[in-house]
Amino acid sequence: MSELERHKFDVVVIGAGGAGLRAAVEAREAGLSVAIICKSLFGKAHTVMAEGGAAASMGNVNSGDNWMVHFRDTMRGGKFLNHYRMAELHAKESPDRIYELEMWGALFDRTKEGKISQRNFGGHEYPRLAHVGDRTGLELIRTMQQKIVALQQNDMKTFGKLWIEVFAELTVTEILKEDGKVAGVYGYWRESGSEVLFEAPAVIIATGGVGKTFKITSNSWEGTGDGHALALKAGANLVDMEFLQFHPTGMVWPPSVRGILVTESVRGEGGILTNIKGERFMFKYIPDVFKDKYADNEAEADRWYLDQDKNRRPPELLPRDEVARAINTEVKAGRGTEHGGVFLDVSKRISAEIIKKRLPSMWHQFYELAGVDITKEPMEVGPTCHYVMGGVEVVPETAAAVGVDGLFAAGEVAGGMHGSNRLGGNSLSDLLVFGRRAGIGAIEYVRANEAKSVSDSSIKAASQRIEAPFTRTGGENAYSLHAELQEITHNLVGIIRTKSELVEAIEKIADIRTRSANISVTGGRKFNPGFHLAFDLDNMLLVAESTAKCAVGREESRGGHTRDDFPGMDNKWRQVNQISSFDGQKVNVRKQALPSIPKELFDLFDVHELEKYMTAEEIAKGGSN
Amino acid sequence: MARKLNMRIWRGDSVDGALQDVQVEANEGEVVLDVIHRVQATQMGDLAVRWNCKAGKCGSCSMEINGKPRLACMTQVASYGEEETITVTPLRAFPVIKDLVTDVSFNYKKAMEIPAYAPPSDLKPGEARMQQVDVERSQEFRKCIECFLCQDTCHVIRDHEENKKSFAGPRFFIRIAELDMHPLDTLRNRKQTAQEEHGLGMCNITKCCTEVCPEHIRITDNAIIPMKERVVDVKYDPVRWLGSKIRKREGIV
Ligand SMILES: Cc1cc2nc3c(=O)[nH]c(=O)nc-3n(C[C@H](O)[C@H](O)[C@H](O)COP(=O)(O)OP(=O)(O)OC[C@H]3O[C@@H](n4cnc5c(N)ncnc54)[C@H](O)[C@@H]3O)c2cc1C
Ligand code: SF4
Ligand code: SF4
Ligand code: FES
Repeated sequence: MSELERHKFDVVVIGAGGAGLRAAVEAREAGLSVAIICKSLFGKAHTVMAEGGAAASMGNVNSGDNWMVHFRDTMRGGKFLNHYRMAELHAKESPDRIYELEMWGALFDRTKEGKISQRNFGGHEYPRLAHVGDRTGLELIRTMQQKIVALQQNDMKTFGKLWIEVFAELTVTEILKEDGKVAGVYGYWRESGSEVLFEAPAVIIATGGVGKTFKITSNSWEGTGDGHALALKAGANLVDMEFLQFHPTGMVWPPSVRGILVTESVRGEGGILTNIKGERFMFKYIPDVFKDKYADNEAEADRWYLDQDKNRRPPELLPRDEVARAINTEVKAGRGTEHGGVFLDVSKRISAEIIKKRLPSMWHQFYELAGVDITKEPMEVGPTCHYVMGGVEVVPETAAAVGVDGLFAAGEVAGGMHGSNRLGGNSLSDLLVFGRRAGIGAIEYVRANEAKSVSDSSIKAASQRIEAPFTRTGGENAYSLHAELQEITHNLVGIIRTKSELVEAIEKIADIRTRSANISVTGGRKFNPGFHLAFDLDNMLLVAESTAKCAVGREESRGGHTRDDFPGMDNKWRQVNQISSFDGQKVNVRKQALPSIPKELFDLFDVHELEKYMTAEEIAKGGSN
Repeated sequence: MARKLNMRIWRGDSVDGALQDVQVEANEGEVVLDVIHRVQATQMGDLAVRWNCKAGKCGSCSMEINGKPRLACMTQVASYGEEETITVTPLRAFPVIKDLVTDVSFNYKKAMEIPAYAPPSDLKPGEARMQQVDVERSQEFRKCIECFLCQDTCHVIRDHEENKKSFAGPRFFIRIAELDMHPLDTLRNRKQTAQEEHGLGMCNITKCCTEVCPEHIRITDNAIIPMKERVVDVKYDPVRWLGSKIRKREGIV
């Protein structure tokens, strides 16, 4: 075999989405050498698809907004299962992260006073989402991509060489450790199939989500849970993997576009949901905990668009889990469209001209892909797997992965921040806040710890794993196994879950995993998607196992986890995180106490509201000190 | 309403390759990327193709379909006749890596050559004030998804490898225009360097780039032509040049 390609850096960032890029900027600006590795071309990461906006309580549109209001909304949205400290840091730091992007050249939409404009979104009390039409993620990615180019230009000018490099179309297959500490990562170039070793004392995982584990999803092919699986295998924990967000509005027709996201801004801009009988059904689905915030009649809901201080908001803007379940129920009750969706209509609310201006890519998407003109007709929509709340257990301040020295995780791959349900817009700001914090965590770690060199035996093992599927012939086909897995998760671990189905899912996933050990790949190593999928599938299987096992464990319904056999929320379960770990053979799940909320944050809420979520003893304690 | 579709897919690498005929099922509403994926899953497991979002948002799935630069995820199979064969080939302006995947690193190199955004040195975070009408001009160019279809179609480099060195291409003309029109950017000579260093002068306004842009960015009318006109202006009228730069700074409070 030819000589192995080797690199040495201070920090390796896996992932070039919002979180990875923000972490990389931080580390480079502190003077460290940084590698950014990603599976796609630079600038194409999943973040590019984010539409609605980034939540930050700048108070530009309603001066009543501040971090405390944002914090409360985030905790409510997550049904108080959030790690309070992450939600607090996020709420406090988001505005600065948005302003910083503007300093790097981002051009957000403006208010009349020339400030950054902010839009309404589900679960946010005030207009809070900084946005650029409906392509906010593209703005975020491009701004940071260009910031990194600027850092590179500066490196060339000052040092005549790059200290921050992008390794695009390279898949990481392993996080390598020596003496219990992170020593680097191993992977292969997608283009050539040849192998690469990166030695680095600190590794930041920023690999995004897991949507491709499911059949109907808004995620791109990259969302295969690689970081979740890499972390598990490296000895880190995943927290609360049962919580998956099914976005209420994905496209449903034609089949080829099933799952593609219809941004929540459509509802933010006035879109209403109706069933096949023409009923505006969301009024029937307002849960008790939200009764005082959401209008229970059309007249008030309509008035809200004109006067938001005097009226309660329309129920279309309830948190996503509520809306997704409502649509699911309508369709199951036979009140859905022939393609299994419901109608979402903005055409009667705002003029064609404004629709095209505020929702340009939605107009484009429906017109080109479904032949529907949303300025004239309603859209057909239904739930789609969108976001994973669960993820790597981290220390909030530094984004350090609990249990593995030198490993950090930020962005969608990290857990805790969003509790059982994420509010729209809170992810983009999460990427920035915790991307930066992971950068800082890695900087501090690198300064305090020596780099370790990777042993030959570790290299050999990693390399053998990559070679394995080529050495087999006539084995299983990765594409069919993937399709089988998606069928199982969709049918048995979907929006509404029940014990017997989950148990069945766990068995079936284990069976696929056994068979996947026998995958064989046709063709050579060069840009071979069949070979790539074999590795992605391995990750998806671990994620699915963890999700199914956590789902069976949690005997209540909360946020992105609904149990048919335990339909209510149980305040005792609010005190529990489920922690997944990997023993080399299987995923094990144990219970762990949620960190209790300190008094100063406890006091931000009305006690009567907390009574809906907390046990009497917790209320009596009034928060910890 | 599945039907059999005849396709010709270019397969090969930098050394050698050829079109291969395949028959594949196509269902109602499918786009070309869907049928390529079906070919991949059922007949050619190692067929190389780039894609990400399947929604026209990331600009990964650029290829040539019946000779036209297009996004495969936004091209309906039904837009071709029932009997028509759909031929897919890699972007012609860039070197092939494998099958439908090309080496687009040219574009990333060009991006490195364009001076970064330069805000006023005394601007503090959160203090920028800009009017919507003023940001909209640059926002149009920031819609770019970097699919590089415009680069692929531009005749200056499409069959002229030798021009690549001195020509940044339409994607980067709009990047320069975007910065030039950014209400807060302070760099003064963007138009001149576009002309002198990035090859704006080699563009003869054929508008082919605008025609293929999936984001409908008016590359020629709103970026190239105004820059070309102003370069001429600037050469003859230094007072106006100064004026334009002073106006730019008005946005800062
Ligand atoms: C359609 C859509 C719209 C959305 N809209 C919004 C919105 O309006 N507001 C909001 O707040 N959130 C939104 N979200 C959610 C948000 O976009 C994502 O949660 C967020 O972008 C994730 O960012 P990330 O940085 O964690 O990872 P990603 O952007 O997913 O990037 C992951 C990176 O990791 C790389 N990677 C993965 N595995 C490997 C590996 N093994 N080796 C090497 N590299 C690897 C990938 O190549 C990629 O570069 C939306 C999501 C979708 C799907
Ligand atoms: S208008 Fe200019 S840049 Fe565009 S394709 Fe024609 S020559 Fe190329
Ligand atoms: S300007 Fe248009 S065609 Fe050119 S790269 Fe950008 S989106 Fe593609
Ligand atoms: S796959 Fe993203 S543009 Fe086609």
